[in-house]
Amino acid sequence: MTLQLVLITAAAIFCVGLYGALSQQVVVMVMMGLELMINGVLLAGGAVWWFLAPAPTGQVLVLLILAAMTLEMAMGFAVAVLLHRQRGTDMTDMAGDLAR
Amino acid sequence: MLVVFVILAVIAVLAGAMVFVVDSMARATYALAVSFIAVGVALLVLRLEYLGVITILMMVMEMAIMAIYMIMFMGMNPALMPMSMVHGKRAALGAAIGTFLLLVVGILLVPWPVRPEPAAASTQELGSALMGSKMLVMMTVSPIMFAAIVAGVSLASARTRYDRFGDDLDHAPTDPQPGGVGR
Repeated sequence: MTLQLVLITAAAIFCVGLYGALSQQVVVMVMMGLELMINGVLLAGGAVWWFLAPAPTGQVLVLLILAAMTLEMAMGFAVAVLLHRQRGTDMTDMAGDLAR
Repeated sequence: MLVVFVILAVIAVLAGAMVFVVDSMARATYALAVSFIAVGVALLVLRLEYLGVITILMMVMEMAIMAIYMIMFMGMNPALMPMSMVHGKRAALGAAIGTFLLLVVGILLVPWPVRPEPAAASTQELGSALMGSKMLVMMTVSPIMFAAIVAGVSLASARTRYDRFGDDLDHAPTDPQPGGVGR
């Protein structure tokens, strides 16, 4: 097992998530794409700890990624609730006011 | 160890792809949970015992919550009524594949340093680091988490005090039904 192999796996997970976050219409599915991207970053952080930085700094980084993931989830659901209440929708296309 | 990791990697990537392939929202959530569990076990293979276990525990719970939200918010269920729920598919696919190729080229070209000696007791090290030299990290994370709680509640709440008391908070409360302690 090499660092490159783990990082390429992480990149693959990240890019599958990127595809989902860009292409999905439903807000919760977009969030699943973002979660998958952070999943890849998590694996890459673990790999960096194991192969490059055995000091606890690498582990703290992974812990920080986990915290970021939970915050993303919480704020995403709050926005989904707000969108559902204000617009009665769950699709990103119906909330594109700022894009116009 | 290599074989175990390759199996886990294949499971993680395939389950991740399944999230956007399957029709049913519940199945998509389970696929994402499987992907997270595979990554959690991969972290265990990398001897990150504590972080691997909390990844698995947190993500299983998070996916359970996500499944509930899916059922709450999905107006139309593609499992019952097959339809495409994507936009800009070609551009998204292009961006994803382009990013992957870019990352792979970077990963293969960078001259990575040689691995130093691995740490023996990773969990113990993490604990003493969090209580010592890395305490500032957690001290910073905790107010951010508190801010997220406040922001989440204020975004998601239906009627706030400004709805009840007016913009300057000086009106009598306009409640649909009087209640409370009679003030």
